[in-house]
Amino acid sequence: MAERTQRQRAGRPEDEATSDTAASPGDVAEARRRREELDDLLDEIDEVLESNAEEFVKSYVQKGGQ
Amino acid sequence: MAIAKVCGLETEFGIVVRGAENNPVTASALLINAYVAEAMGSVGFDREDESPEVDARGFRRALTLEPDPEVESMMANAVLTNGSRYYVDHAHPEISIPEVTDALEAVIWDRAGEEIVRRSMLAAGRALPDGAEIIVHKNNSDGKGHSYGCHENYLVDRALPFGRVVGGVMSHFVTRQVFCGAGKVGCEAPGREPSDVEYQISQRADFFEEEVGLETTVKRPIVNTRDEPHCDPERYRRLHVIVGDANMSETATFLKVATTALLLAMVEDGWWDRIPLLANPVSAIRQVSHDPSLRATIALADGRRATALEIQWGLLEAARRYAGLHGLEPVGQAVGELALAQWEEVLTGLEHDPESVADRVDWVAKRRMLDAYSVRHGVGPGSDRLRAIDLQYHDLRPERCLADRAGLRRLVDPLAVEAAVLDPPTTTRAYFRGRCVGKYGRSVVSANWDSIVFDLGHDPLRRVPMMEPLRGTRDHVGTVLDESPTAAELIRRLGS
Repeated sequence: MAERTQRQRAGRPEDEATSDTAASPGDVAEARRRREELDDLLDEIDEVLESNAEEFVKSYVQKGGQ
Repeated sequence: MAIAKVCGLETEFGIVVRGAENNPVTASALLINAYVAEAMGSVGFDREDESPEVDARGFRRALTLEPDPEVESMMANAVLTNGSRYYVDHAHPEISIPEVTDALEAVIWDRAGEEIVRRSMLAAGRALPDGAEIIVHKNNSDGKGHSYGCHENYLVDRALPFGRVVGGVMSHFVTRQVFCGAGKVGCEAPGREPSDVEYQISQRADFFEEEVGLETTVKRPIVNTRDEPHCDPERYRRLHVIVGDANMSETATFLKVATTALLLAMVEDGWWDRIPLLANPVSAIRQVSHDPSLRATIALADGRRATALEIQWGLLEAARRYAGLHGLEPVGQAVGELALAQWEEVLTGLEHDPESVADRVDWVAKRRMLDAYSVRHGVGPGSDRLRAIDLQYHDLRPERCLADRAGLRRLVDPLAVEAAVLDPPTTTRAYFRGRCVGKYGRSVVSANWDSIVFDLGHDPLRRVPMMEPLRGTRDHVGTVLDESPTAAELIRRLGS
């Protein structure tokens, strides 16, 4: 396990911090794509989330099973 | 040589009724009966031979005088034409998918089970007063300390000592949640406050209190010892796994089953000494679940510490070496190769950029929704609206299900899932069971995992045993079934 751990660490090309500061155009496009996707997702959640969500959660009680 | 890893899944669903009396037992029965009434050809499930009290360690549980909660659940219990069992267990509807031979088939019939539940909700709705509905969730907890399971079953060679099985799977069961945890808002661990943990990886981890044991409803053990093989007990065990979450992501279900089956094959082939042992599995399973940053280390039996991801990398590496030397036949060569590739992809993603696996890992997909929703609406930890998103991620109503909207990757063909609602797998005895129920339903008195009883119209009843999970496949009995117009003819041909 120890050797494996070492190798994992050593095997990482760069630290995440490095790639953050030197973001490539591809990274920027990917970040934008993710943001837009997430916005659409949030619109959908607002649309389909139970209107009485708090009430629904409070009354959601199950019997224990296996 | 490891034996074929025949496997299956059993999911207990959460259930509520809105607009009518909220009794989960009668609602579960109504749900199932409404479906069965609409779908042709299901028969009663014969539980005569079931003995859940038999323990893999070789002893029986002392009988108690507690009322048996399963007695009242006998009210709905059906075997479907796809070879699965659909019944009320405790106060939940449960589907046990048919036996399958690999993890991709497991995903197909698991998804078919979701579709059966959706059709059941519609069928039950027609039987309920206007405005009332039954709502079913594929989750494992109500957020208030009550849990229900998604169990897995794997065929294991009886010759393998049970202690080897335990050692072989324990570190995996504690750490595999990094890719197959379904995510949960809050904490339900005994003695802890709900707010102690804002968000955790697993739905189930809070409920495990023992390393190894027979229980399933209290003091749940990480490795369950139920020894009820439902097949030839001289040759096989059925490892009954209760520690997993129900997954909405196909990749999560796939990897959960494929990696576990692969590890069991490795243990059977003598590779148990490549698998790390943990110092305190019960505390470790919660440590891992309560740390979505994936940085916490857990103690190994040899005194070292490692993160869950490091342990998973170690298991993957061992599995790769095993595959190189032994091949992957016990889990299906192509399916095994797919599993190794996906396993690596998902671990890499979790390590470097967790959001990159939001399309495959449920807890990451759910966390992404929760975080984004918190920002947009300015709600903080403890908000019931966040709990509602958690719950609704698992809602099986198409118009409400948030998992359906999370952009999760499909791994199997939707047409295969559609077919699996009615058709059994072709690769196990489930083929024989499902075809018999579909074709000779009226003559089938009862069906069990390992037998079918026919009434041919004259005494005595005829019991066809199915003690070998890999007999009764399409290759084996397809022609006989096709060519036998009646159950009597089938029995005659099987006997000759």
